[in-house]
Amino acid sequence: MVEIKDPKSKKYDRQLRIWGAHGQAALESAKICLLNCGPTGSETLKNLVLGGIAGFTIVDGSKVEQQDLGNNFLLSEADLGHSKAQGVSSLLKELNDSVTGGFVETDPEQLINDQPAFFNNFSLVIATQLREATMLKLDDICRAEGVKLLAVRSYGLVATLRVSAAEHAIVETKPDNAVGDLRFHAPWKELHDFAMSFKLAEMDEIMHKHLPFAILLIQAVGHWKAGHQGKLPSGSKERTDFKALLKSWQRQIDGIPVEEENFSEAMTNASKVWSQHGIPSEVQAILEDDCMNLNSSSSTFWCLAAALKRFIEQEGQGCLPLEGTLPDMHATTDLYLQLQRVYQTKAESDVTAVETHLRAILKDNASSISSISRAEVKLFCKNARHLRLVRFRRLSEEFGISCKHNVLRQALTAEDQATNATLYILLRAVDRFYESHKHFPGTFDSPPESEIPMLKAKAGALLSEVGASPSPAWDDCLAEMCRFGAGELHCVAAIIAGMAAQEGIKLLTKQFVPQSGTLVYNAMGSTTSVFCL
Amino acid sequence: MDVPGRWKDLDHLLTRPGNVVGPGFEPDPALRAFLHDDCRVLCVGAGGLGCELLKDLALSGFGQIDVIDMDTIDVSNLNRQFLFRLKDVGKPKAEVAAAAINQRVAGVHVTPHFCRIEEKPLEFYQQFQIIILGLDSLEARRYMNQVACSFLAFEEDGSPDLSTIKPMIDGGTEGFKGHARVILPGFTPCFECTLWLFPPQTKFPLCTLAETPRSPAHCIEYAHLIQWGQERPGHDFDADVEEHMRWVYDEALKRAAKFGIAGVSYQLTQGMDNYMMYVGTDGIYTHTVKYEKDAACLICSSGVPLHAPASSTLQQVIDQLQRDPRFEGKLQSPSVSCGPQNLYMHGIFEEETRQNLQKDMKMLIGGSHAILQVNDKKLLAPLRCRLTLSDHSDLDAEMAE
Repeated sequence: MVEIKDPKSKKYDRQLRIWGAHGQAALESAKICLLNCGPTGSETLKNLVLGGIAGFTIVDGSKVEQQDLGNNFLLSEADLGHSKAQGVSSLLKELNDSVTGGFVETDPEQLINDQPAFFNNFSLVIATQLREATMLKLDDICRAEGVKLLAVRSYGLVATLRVSAAEHAIVETKPDNAVGDLRFHAPWKELHDFAMSFKLAEMDEIMHKHLPFAILLIQAVGHWKAGHQGKLPSGSKERTDFKALLKSWQRQIDGIPVEEENFSEAMTNASKVWSQHGIPSEVQAILEDDCMNLNSSSSTFWCLAAALKRFIEQEGQGCLPLEGTLPDMHATTDLYLQLQRVYQTKAESDVTAVETHLRAILKDNASSISSISRAEVKLFCKNARHLRLVRFRRLSEEFGISCKHNVLRQALTAEDQATNATLYILLRAVDRFYESHKHFPGTFDSPPESEIPMLKAKAGALLSEVGASPSPAWDDCLAEMCRFGAGELHCVAAIIAGMAAQEGIKLLTKQFVPQSGTLVYNAMGSTTSVFCL
Repeated sequence: MDVPGRWKDLDHLLTRPGNVVGPGFEPDPALRAFLHDDCRVLCVGAGGLGCELLKDLALSGFGQIDVIDMDTIDVSNLNRQFLFRLKDVGKPKAEVAAAAINQRVAGVHVTPHFCRIEEKPLEFYQQFQIIILGLDSLEARRYMNQVACSFLAFEEDGSPDLSTIKPMIDGGTEGFKGHARVILPGFTPCFECTLWLFPPQTKFPLCTLAETPRSPAHCIEYAHLIQWGQERPGHDFDADVEEHMRWVYDEALKRAAKFGIAGVSYQLTQGMDNYMMYVGTDGIYTHTVKYEKDAACLICSSGVPLHAPASSTLQQVIDQLQRDPRFEGKLQSPSVSCGPQNLYMHGIFEEETRQNLQKDMKMLIGGSHAILQVNDKKLLAPLRCRLTLSDHSDLDAEMAE
């Protein structure tokens, strides 16, 4: 069957492979507000516009100057003297005609102070090149309205990225190395009965070598448990014995086992019998979270989590719902399909059980949620093992007295983090410098070294608030920060913008796991560090 | 385009003295003029990475850029290759990308080459100060690696001739993952030195790996094939999983240290990190390391070790070369020379040098050690072999060195 693709799915083909049609739909309904459109902001938005967001609004009060032509690809000579927001906006719209865009020629700081309601209707606010004091106000505004916030900044050869949102619950975390959930260690009744219905000894040669390895392993587990007080093989000796048991079932000619592919697969997959089966700690933490005490305004995620918990306690007997996916294995088509049906039937009945709990929960809590489709319940069950909840600290916590200073102190003495932790302190110090001197260090024509002592004073004060002493990189980093002269270099902006757009996509599609702390990118050493403060 | 103030942010870095700078950096306004007017950069590939690279280069002060790409634009490129529009579908990527940069960034001159990388002679690649790769295939990377390494020459003491180093930067992305690496042939590992980063692996006899590891590759293979299964049962090794690769790398380091094998070890305190990897699926994780060169790399080492019996004739050495599995598929009709001396050459010197074939190798090279240059039409650049004539076994000879 030839799949006929509409032009849009052809254009987005490569990204649809990563986040699927539903991820794309989420992106296509996203309205984004960008504050300041220097290279950091412009490049972040460019990446998202290419991906196909619904629309954007750029807020920037400045006019295009020569300096912008040296670092911003979205501006050109024709824009000189005109509104920067307008210039960037018009080229961005050219990049993707299905995206609508607008601009407001106002200083973001003024907008934050005068018109906080402006931000209410956006899915995501991307704030770039804003100082600490302004960011604090913006974070409060966004938190109050449940608008997600991305703070991005590049400063010379350093850049930072920080997500702020109340909580971000993810069903589709898409882990890289998920181990399938096949229940060899504890097959449910139907699977057990199905597996045991095959008598190896009575089979003809063809059948014997086409019995799926899953059945071989389940039989071996049954056999093993019967001889070991119901316990699974543990320790390397028992595991070797377990494999030997499997091997002894292979057909032999003159005492030599015949090569059988299903048995080879059983050997390589034997470890699935004793690999981790419990509920992962991240999922356990969700099940024990305070949000599990539902009320009428609890979100879909928490209602589903509550239903999941009831399932685990009741039908699941301590297990999560079955994923229901059977990997490919050597078998006859018919046997494979029969086995697949056993897994699918169980998965479907688990979904039904969770769904029943969910209906009761929604009713009991007089939930305002109108409906949760079976498909949604199914997706939740299928990913139950990989659920994640990310909570972001408020910027006022990070920048205030409840900052986790111990984390910073530790980083400042760790060999692989000391430089980046120092840069973090200095980035905060340049904002304090600005508050006092109304300019950033090194922005004038006078030698930047002359401002090192003033920056050092600000940074030293911060350091003593943290309760740390300077790292070996202290003086070098101080000098470099002054040398940067608050410059916004295109290549640094492009890198942090790539990461920012990626985090934006994670937040909007609710897929993959966003970064929960403040990321520092150090272009001098090509390293990054994340500090959860 | 030197309009006052245009490159202000960049000028801070180029004209001010710094504490975190490369050796020999002298702040000078002329640096920007050099980058803009004289420094020639080649960008290989004009796809997702290539578009981004061209833009980044143009806005980092580089003014003389070439781009080479054999592809034409497809609709499915438009979601990331932002230099192209719907009206450009079907046109050559290199040409459209070059025109887009030239039009948008005043003063920058990008020259397109719409062809395969193999179609260009080595002289073409020689003219660039830096080569940047935005490729998506292992084969193309290996080819460009050979090109960059082919310019490398060595001093008599075996150290790289600095003037012949052609710096190359390699980037790669897939999904939410990526990497960047700097290859300074002769100093940092070339692509072949670390080919183990890419599956499939070369296979070594298990007993060698377990009992007598002899090279960094042996340690890595041991960690991958043997230790993994023992220490991480239940986890299928996946070379695409960063954590798996890092585990193998760390274990290989330990094993190499135990057997005293240099090459896997790295020290953060000296030299430059040359490889940065990026994983953005679960939060953002990057890892920056200094990989080490493979001292026996066929492509970038000063000489591949080659041991032959003390009494070998030239013919026997050539036969041995052709049987050597390391050179499989690379030598069809090798010509061999030693310094300025032609030992055996195909072509017009064949008749003149044929008589050497039956001569004693020791006599021809005047001793037991020599660097042989092996040429073959299947090789992009001559292969350097560090020949030792000795009756001890390979391993003994290695120990003796």
